[in-house]
Amino acid sequence: MAALKPEPTKSELTNPSRRSFVRKSLLTTFSTILGADIVYASFMPKGYIPVALSLQSNPMDGKNPEMIIRNEKPWNLEARPHLLDDAITPAKNMFIRNNGLIPENIDVDTWTLKISGESVVQEKTFTLAELKKNFKAYTYQLVLECGGNGRAGFYPPASGNQWEEGAVACAEWTGVRLKDVLNAVGIKLDAVYIGYYGADKHLNGKADEVVISRGAPISKAMQDETLLAWALNGEDIPLAHGYPLRLVAGGWPASVSGKWVHTIVVRNKVHDGAKMMGDSYRVPKNPVAPGTKVPDEDMKIIESMPVKSLITFPKSGAMFEKSRKLGVRGKAWAGELEVSAMEVSVDFGATWVQCQLKKPKNRLAWQEWNVELSFPEEGYYEIWAKATDSKGNSQPMVIPGWNPKGYLNNSCHRIGVKVK
Amino acid sequence: MNPNPSKYTQLKNRILAFIALILVLSFGIFLITWIQNDAGSTLDADKEEGTLSASDSLKLAIEQDGKDRDPETQLVLGKGFEIVKANCTNCHSSALLIQNRFTREGWKAKIEWMQETQGLWPLGESEDDILDYLAEHYAPEAYVGRRAPLKDIEWYELN
Repeated sequence: MAALKPEPTKSELTNPSRRSFVRKSLLTTFSTILGADIVYASFMPKGYIPVALSLQSNPMDGKNPEMIIRNEKPWNLEARPHLLDDAITPAKNMFIRNNGLIPENIDVDTWTLKISGESVVQEKTFTLAELKKNFKAYTYQLVLECGGNGRAGFYPPASGNQWEEGAVACAEWTGVRLKDVLNAVGIKLDAVYIGYYGADKHLNGKADEVVISRGAPISKAMQDETLLAWALNGEDIPLAHGYPLRLVAGGWPASVSGKWVHTIVVRNKVHDGAKMMGDSYRVPKNPVAPGTKVPDEDMKIIESMPVKSLITFPKSGAMFEKSRKLGVRGKAWAGELEVSAMEVSVDFGATWVQCQLKKPKNRLAWQEWNVELSFPEEGYYEIWAKATDSKGNSQPMVIPGWNPKGYLNNSCHRIGVKVK
Repeated sequence: MNPNPSKYTQLKNRILAFIALILVLSFGIFLITWIQNDAGSTLDADKEEGTLSASDSLKLAIEQDGKDRDPETQLVLGKGFEIVKANCTNCHSSALLIQNRFTREGWKAKIEWMQETQGLWPLGESEDDILDYLAEHYAPEAYVGRRAPLKDIEWYELN
């Protein structure tokens, strides 16, 4: 079985004919290796590579080895909460969420962005150089959180990557405002929504099948902070995060922030691209009992993410002396809103301690908080963290309302500590 | 009211045997806990040395329940495993199976969804074997309330 995972050499990765030879010779022995025939093998599209033989570049290169791999095809990585302790999340600690395969062989010199759709006055295409030259660049700290962050907490289990706490990051993004570009192109009065198309490839190998094409209402597209970005923390965006150009729409499910973007469509109706419909990134219009089957027409698109917070220090499991005053700190964010209060509890919510809470660097950035705790007795404690947004919504201590795909779990984060 | 001596001895022996059983069981549980903690700290050591490869990290996420697993995919070995590996790990990683929990009906719905929207081929007679395997090894776990106890805490001295 060891033969299943050949380490491709660099020339294999870059030389197409060598790669196609490797693929063909491996495929011929595919069923022999796996010890089972695929019954309807003739239905498999040409060009299939069994996952173990996949030659995708490894996005764990350059990532913190403590990142949790949720899936390697498609690649999905999650941070552990203590990896999110920096004010600005470094790229190595940022979660990766992919619906398809990361595109390869991107040529930054020939990359273009097309603005089209029913509601543009006239279709227009920009090179990257033109975007950078024609429009003013802005830099914002923006929270991107996967809509399914916390899915693992729901019961009955919801399908998909079983994210726990760490599918969230707040990095510094640099690019041009989408609204400046749209205004330069000219959009009609009937525009209601934008949608993106990116260069990622479908898992099923069909070249023309769109992996994901989501978007946002025009009002979100026209916000100052909605960017077409080319830089992350002052450097080129890493390939797995959308190089060379991506949409960044902070505070909304991160799937709105399309990666490897080559086309933006301006629509005269709600965008109907892949993963806009059905139960994708949607929740029931009205609350449902756990496990309920909800018809598509009773689901609504998720917009702003809910208020949430993380304890980023100490890492869960800390043991320390009773005499110690424990500094606890973390991050809090609230989608489109600001966090107005932050509290922690060491007695399962019986009493709460107010934390110091910083203002966000800019709208849609997360906020740092800290507090000093003393513990009256030795023993096992849990520290629970609860943020409240500017409209008075707090995080629930229990898992919030069940929904079919397990989105929007903003229940309080907690860590275990021992006082000696 | 004097108890029959032979009955009394019988009762005493039973109680002693019960106590012995409890002692043996507690020792067993202690031993298992100790071994598991030990395994945990070995993994920690690996992490600190930065030798944690992608596949090691994936293995870490899989519960240590003593079941035999395929080293390539980490799927539980059992009846139907080969056909699942052959059909289900072409487009996506086995990690997508391993981290999800559904009933037989739930898994069937996922297969239908993949056939309708993702280009999965018809599975023919294999479908029953695939569903049997998934429903047996990747079924929903017992309900744990609206917040389960924290688990797998890796204790460390805070400096």
